[in-house]
Amino acid sequence: MTPLPAALSDWFAAKGWTLHPHQQDMLARSDDPATLLIAPTGGGKTLAGFLPTLAELGESPPPGLHTLYVSPLKALTADIRRNLRTPIEGAGLQIRVEDRTGDTSYTQRRRQRADPPHILLTTPESLALLLSYEDAPRIFAGLQRVIIDEIHALAESKRGDQLTLQIARLQSLNPNLRRIGLSATVENPPALARFLSPSTTILQADPGPDPDISMLETEAPPPWSGGGGRYAIPAILNEVTRHKTTLIFHNTRAQCEIFFHDLWLQNIEDLPIGIHHGSLSREQRERVEKAMTDGALRAIVCTGSLDLGIDWGDVDLVIQVGAPKNVKRLVQRIGRANHRYNAPSKALLVPANRFEVVECQAALDAVRAHTLDGEPRGPGPKDVLCQHILATACAGPFDADQLYAEVTTAGPYALLTKQEFEACLDFVATGGYALKAYDRWQRLKQTNGKWHLRDPRAAALIRQNLGTIIDTDLLKVRLRNQGAPLGEVEEDFAASLTPGDTFLIGGQVVRYESLREMTVEVSRSPGRDPKVAVFSGTKFSTSTLLTDRILQIFQQESWPDLPAHTAWWLAKQREVSRLPDPRSLLLESFPHDGREHLCVYGFAGRNAQQTLGLLVTKQMEYQGLAPLGFVATDYATLIWGLDPVTDPAPLFDLATLRDGLETWLSGNAVMKRTFRNTAIISGLIERTHQGRRKTGRQATFSSDILYDTLRRYDPDHLLLRITREEALRGLIDFSRIEQRLARVGPNIDLIRLDRVTPLAAPLFFEPGRVPVEGAGRDRLAAAQAQALMEAAGLA
Amino acid sequence: MHKLFFHGETLHLLPSGGLYWPARNTLAVSDLHLGKSERLARRGGTLLPPYETQATLEKLDRDLEATGATTVICLGDSFDDLAAADGIEEASRLWLIRLMAGRNWTWITGNHDPGPIEIGGSHRADLKLTPFTFRHIAEPQERAEISGHYHPKASLAGRSRPCFLADAQRLILPAYGTYTGGLRAHDATLTALMARDALAILTGPRVLAIPMPR
Repeated sequence: MTPLPAALSDWFAAKGWTLHPHQQDMLARSDDPATLLIAPTGGGKTLAGFLPTLAELGESPPPGLHTLYVSPLKALTADIRRNLRTPIEGAGLQIRVEDRTGDTSYTQRRRQRADPPHILLTTPESLALLLSYEDAPRIFAGLQRVIIDEIHALAESKRGDQLTLQIARLQSLNPNLRRIGLSATVENPPALARFLSPSTTILQADPGPDPDISMLETEAPPPWSGGGGRYAIPAILNEVTRHKTTLIFHNTRAQCEIFFHDLWLQNIEDLPIGIHHGSLSREQRERVEKAMTDGALRAIVCTGSLDLGIDWGDVDLVIQVGAPKNVKRLVQRIGRANHRYNAPSKALLVPANRFEVVECQAALDAVRAHTLDGEPRGPGPKDVLCQHILATACAGPFDADQLYAEVTTAGPYALLTKQEFEACLDFVATGGYALKAYDRWQRLKQTNGKWHLRDPRAAALIRQNLGTIIDTDLLKVRLRNQGAPLGEVEEDFAASLTPGDTFLIGGQVVRYESLREMTVEVSRSPGRDPKVAVFSGTKFSTSTLLTDRILQIFQQESWPDLPAHTAWWLAKQREVSRLPDPRSLLLESFPHDGREHLCVYGFAGRNAQQTLGLLVTKQMEYQGLAPLGFVATDYATLIWGLDPVTDPAPLFDLATLRDGLETWLSGNAVMKRTFRNTAIISGLIERTHQGRRKTGRQATFSSDILYDTLRRYDPDHLLLRITREEALRGLIDFSRIEQRLARVGPNIDLIRLDRVTPLAAPLFFEPGRVPVEGAGRDRLAAAQAQALMEAAGLA
Repeated sequence: MHKLFFHGETLHLLPSGGLYWPARNTLAVSDLHLGKSERLARRGGTLLPPYETQATLEKLDRDLEATGATTVICLGDSFDDLAAADGIEEASRLWLIRLMAGRNWTWITGNHDPGPIEIGGSHRADLKLTPFTFRHIAEPQERAEISGHYHPKASLAGRSRPCFLADAQRLILPAYGTYTGGLRAHDATLTALMARDALAILTGPRVLAIPMPR
């Protein structure tokens, strides 16, 4: 271990700072090849990660890159740069710290390649780009350390898988490279340690006192359905006035917008409150971040974009609006309040509707019982590997055996077989098609045993497509006749607008005017209610831990812990029908609005409930019940069609469902969406970049066509295999259906009712309805076409 | 199949996107874009599955067999570029030659394939077959015209499909090729071209006519 430079120790002493025990431990273990530090927010985790670097660099280090810091958020790199500069400049150390992200200027990036700083702060995407340059070996020549911040968040996504491959690359360039992972509390530290490196030391900091957490009591009960928590605004404002700084978390950007707008209308005291989420323009976000750092805001309405460790001073209350879906994320969010180590964090949960009251109660119980949820992630995805091979080829010729050996040192790819690797290489090189048609199908060629790009000019295009984040196509929103961008909306949302529609963005109501050159032009529309709901957002599945706890709560005789309105609602459901329980599968069948409905209370999480919807409607199609569509939530699937279900057992027979899975997997929308993501990540199709989008829309065609073509002519193609693997563990989540059905066995209970039940009613307001393509829709389409022609006087 | 009465003739609009004219035993198809994946691969872009030529020819083969057409008109953009026509894979070339054998086959030039193709048949900028004029891109003042180029598509019951567009003076065919996208029928280009009372006839398992969306 190298001690801290005297100037730095003196500076710490002058400030009256002493190192926490886990910070001391990090210094003591600085020679270990890999260290995972698990510490609560506010524990000086990031500084702990940098201490060995500061010790090794000393007071005036020679030039060259020493430490690479990788974080999942651009904002975090800027924040860390500021925080690091304080001790470095304070102690007069000659250490250069710079960040490099998608927002860094071109000149700055060029300079960084020629003359890298001692400490470079970046994101996995920017690192992928750096490693794809031919001069990567020179840039990273003296690299000693890599620090991965918020590694628990990265490990949950393909960005993390990609990062482990990049670190394997860096380790090949610098065999003595040491790794540090910094993590919030997780349910399975050894798994995260393996993700970081095969030989990782785990350091656990003192977790600190239990949080002070409860459900917010409101005068008005929450509404029956919907999200957003608008009803709770008076109570929330009251809490904001009683605290210094409050973070108000929402699960989606849309809810964040609506809530902020409504909050503003009721903010009579003119409390300074800001909004922050990923769809706002950079300028807007930076303005809010600055105001927050300056202590000028009393509250920020935000999404997961503020989940991760940006240190914004005096937050003393966290409010979570909407069910948290996941206990681990909730605990991490709660940690955002009170950045003082060893002081309890204070948090309030605000259920957005009646169902969420129960879920919030279940989450409170889980937090108090210290149980965390988490599903194991499985082996590293191969589309990410394909991209990595392509990016490696951009940097220069490579030897396949060496690359394979390197890739298998990355945690998620430790069990990758040579055969699997070669299939990926073949895909990258030739497309990997069963039909070996032309010599033109060559992206990579082998010369003197080494693989390289057939056309080096292709590198530029490949670099543009690096990264594993797949955005839905976003369009910029601008005020007409003014330059300032307000933010972005999804293309599908923009397509649904007609001139005159009003919607919310950045907390203001705007009027849609026109779509010009891929920009949505709007004008201000003061004081009017938005007519159209906001763009859709990410949806998480409620964890198994939480759904199990909800089913347990349902079994209580009475519900003294729940607010009276919710207890009454559950009692009402018990009276007219039944409450779902863990040992059986409850189905309700009833007519409504001219359609037959079937409500399946599977409690398997949104993704699995969606899959169940797809599988069951397929069976219904076979039985001639003409299903038309369904909608899934974390708790239930509501199916509607032309004819009622009377014999449910065959629909839910596990063996039949499993058999049907194969054929069914082929044509459904979820698979096609998964395929599209996989095709983009693996480099088969390009991302649509704003500004360079092809003008004639007929020039591009849907990735669905490629999917259908491959299914028909090359069913064993690598990308179809990847799509299937991905879908089964991600969006399809079939294992959760299997677990649930195995647990209920033959206890599938159908209750026929003459009307909608209390528990089913909220499902009618759920967005994200999935149409079923089949006989029912054909019947309907024919009837609709007939009606249109008749209306036009043509039939 | 949808029957369209157009300038005194009965035309069959097929679920595949092809047009069959029984009186002349003629099949017209547009925008096959054969060799699209080959062109992209050749240009150093992505390596799309090399099956679209096969898929498109299978479809054409089925339509020819079902209709027994003896005259075939390809309304342009039959090949994704001229080199794609020359570079067509041997199996596909033989297949195409077999389809052409014994049939009166016309290749109309399109913007993607603006020249003659060394594969037989006759090559023309347009074709007059009373009462119709066949060409690639519709001309605003033309009457009784059958064309392609725009790849129109329209939505019904939440599903978007390639479609024919028809008014009193012109009929626009959907793209027949496998790797083809579409232009929404309510796009200004198409609404400017078609009369107010135009119909959109959607392809798919069931051919359905609706007033053209605007």
